[in-house]
Amino acid sequence: MTPALAKGSIRRRLVLQLAGIAALLSLTFFLVVRAVAEQAAEDTQDNILAASATSIADALYSERGFVRLELPYSALSMLGTISEDRVFYRVVVDDETLTGYDDLPAREPWMDSRENKFSTLTYRGETVRSVAVTRAVSTGSQITDVMVIVAQTRLGLEAISTRITATATAVGAGFFIVATALSLLAAQTALLPLNRLAQSVARRGMADLRPVVAETPVELIPLVQSLNNFMSRLRASLTRSEDFIAEAAHRVRTPLATVRTQAEVVHRRLSGADDKKALREMIRAIDESSRSAGQLLDHAMVTFRTDHLKTSDIDLGDMIRDVCDRLFPTADLKDIHIARDCPAQPLPFSGDPILLQNALRNILDNAIKYSPADSTITVRLTANGAYRIAFSDQGRGFGDADLTQIVGRFERGSNVGDIVGSGLGLTIADEVARAHGGRLEISANTGGQGACVTVLLPRS
Amino acid sequence: MRHRSITAILTGFMLAATPLAAFEVEDSKVYDAAAGTSIIRIISTADIDVFEPIILAFQQQHPDIDVDYTVASSAEVMKALYEEGEPFDLAISSAMDLQTKLANDGYARTYASTVTATLPDWANWRDQLFAFTQEPAVLVVSEAAFRDIPLPTTREDLIELLRDHPEHFQGRIGTYDVRTSGLGYLFATQDSRNTGSYWRLTELMGRLDTKLYCCSGQMITDIAEGRLAFAYNVLGSYASSRLKDTPGIRIVPFNDFLSVMLRTALIPKTAENPEAGGVMIDFLAALNTRPDLTEQTGLPPISGDIGDLSNAMRPIRLGPGLLVFLDRLQRDTFLRSWSSSMEQE
Repeated sequence: MTPALAKGSIRRRLVLQLAGIAALLSLTFFLVVRAVAEQAAEDTQDNILAASATSIADALYSERGFVRLELPYSALSMLGTISEDRVFYRVVVDDETLTGYDDLPAREPWMDSRENKFSTLTYRGETVRSVAVTRAVSTGSQITDVMVIVAQTRLGLEAISTRITATATAVGAGFFIVATALSLLAAQTALLPLNRLAQSVARRGMADLRPVVAETPVELIPLVQSLNNFMSRLRASLTRSEDFIAEAAHRVRTPLATVRTQAEVVHRRLSGADDKKALREMIRAIDESSRSAGQLLDHAMVTFRTDHLKTSDIDLGDMIRDVCDRLFPTADLKDIHIARDCPAQPLPFSGDPILLQNALRNILDNAIKYSPADSTITVRLTANGAYRIAFSDQGRGFGDADLTQIVGRFERGSNVGDIVGSGLGLTIADEVARAHGGRLEISANTGGQGACVTVLLPRS
Repeated sequence: MRHRSITAILTGFMLAATPLAAFEVEDSKVYDAAAGTSIIRIISTADIDVFEPIILAFQQQHPDIDVDYTVASSAEVMKALYEEGEPFDLAISSAMDLQTKLANDGYARTYASTVTATLPDWANWRDQLFAFTQEPAVLVVSEAAFRDIPLPTTREDLIELLRDHPEHFQGRIGTYDVRTSGLGYLFATQDSRNTGSYWRLTELMGRLDTKLYCCSGQMITDIAEGRLAFAYNVLGSYASSRLKDTPGIRIVPFNDFLSVMLRTALIPKTAENPEAGGVMIDFLAALNTRPDLTEQTGLPPISGDIGDLSNAMRPIRLGPGLLVFLDRLQRDTFLRSWSSSMEQE
């Protein structure tokens, strides 16, 4: 058989793709979580900064035409409660620093909006987040715009960010590992029906061409249908050729019988010794041809019947006796004695009687054919576990032929050139044994010359 | 304790960059170590005789470090570091607000060690500012003056006493002049934050012609000699160290709350030997393992269970909150209120 060319693996591709998706999702998760959490942390800082600046702005008042401020203690201490970040502030009135760090950058232009302005900038060598809150303070006759700027370094934020990144990384990695493990499992599960189908096809016997009826997922139905189509075509083709052989054999056998009868009539009339000898040779050849045609017919019948076994309860002992009796005249011609060794009790077996008889007859017929004159063939049935029906002869055995090949169609031993035979006898026996769940065993006789052919049948 | 007028200096660093005259040194001493290979320059507000035992013990542990100890007022310490960038390796001050400002404005180095890690959270800010003593503000009374009068245990008690016996206390009350004493200002601002009764008390004290002092020492002497009936907000550690040789005085810790000043150390950015500064910080942070030094200096070391000892103890929290009362406007406003309460002539 030509080995199938493996190119890629569905499982590997499935796992890789799922793992790739998991990695992508993990990364997305990581980035989203980090972005959201950092935004939340930044918003928290912004809110506290805004609260601080607002509480300072709320403490602004005017006194004798000047803007005054009583810096609330909580305005700066609240910034110290969440982190140990440095804090800077500045209060600007008409471009003049009222109090605070006068080099802290003010936002320009700062009068166009009353909304809180957040910005990130570098101050005294560190990145700071600052908020500017603008408030109008009435100083007697006029309204003065006052801007309060509060800034804080971002060490606390960075610490939170580091923590969030660590957590997001751990969760993302965990998610990836779990997802990959699950995708392995998913690939395994997805391929299960395919494996099942492959196994059920692989388990079939050589001649089993029945359609596959196992339940399969919709995706595999086209494959199974194609397989079944293919097998039914193969089966039809095989049946046709078997039919052809049987028909041919049948058509040859009938005229051969006529030819043989005529040849015998002529043989009796002839008186010349040479002529008689030639005619006997002819008759012998006709016999062999007719025998071969019979075996071909038998084989076609066996092939057909093994597909549709017509089982009934039979007694193996009776059957062996019957077969031996039928072949007794043939054996007697060569002075061959058939020794039967069967247990007395009934040996029930459920099988196709016609097939079994055919198989046993073919084996015994073979044994008679290859046995020398005046010898003994032993037919022994034992029933320890399985039924073993052993035919031992004292013939020439199989020589050095491969015993595993000998049951093949038209295969014969290597040492039988002088005897006419079709090579179908053991094939028929083997197919019948297999059809009944048994097999054929062929070996050299233990202790002495000759061959031993054993039919093994399971006890039901 | 030396807290000279800091108004001028605050105005200096808050508003202008004009360099003022070099900072004023009160005292200095060099301690040569047994095998000195490096020198640590310390600028401190603590007097030499108070701090000397700590320096000597330090050199016993580290015989390779010479110590150059300079004493200056808290305002001068600030000036030396904030404006003049003097290369001191360690700055020790009782002015928590100024120390906080130094750290906040980027004049301190970051330092961390296994010893500083053992400090309670409230005794370490940003790994730059390390507290090593906790010294409460207490009421110091003359035993003679309170022979017939019950001792007050809260500020409300004190207010009641002053109302009930004005003639007894007239002219016999002492406290810091917060305009000249940085520590007095720190305690006063914390009081004003902590209790509403502070301003009523100040008002009453002003009415009774309270005497104003620059320093704890003189107040304690005046109590011992009978010129004062009591002094408000005296540094407890100083009072304790004077108890032994000063008969007739008594320390009354209030049990409504006690502001606790933390003496802090930091390594200036300009330090030339910051490693030695770190070694000294480790030594100071571990002072609670040296009861002998506590005994000699009267400086109570940081103890983690401060809250368990007395619920009234309130360590002044290090952090940006301390910057509030350094604010020029805030300071002006506070001093105006205080002056008008205290000086009612």
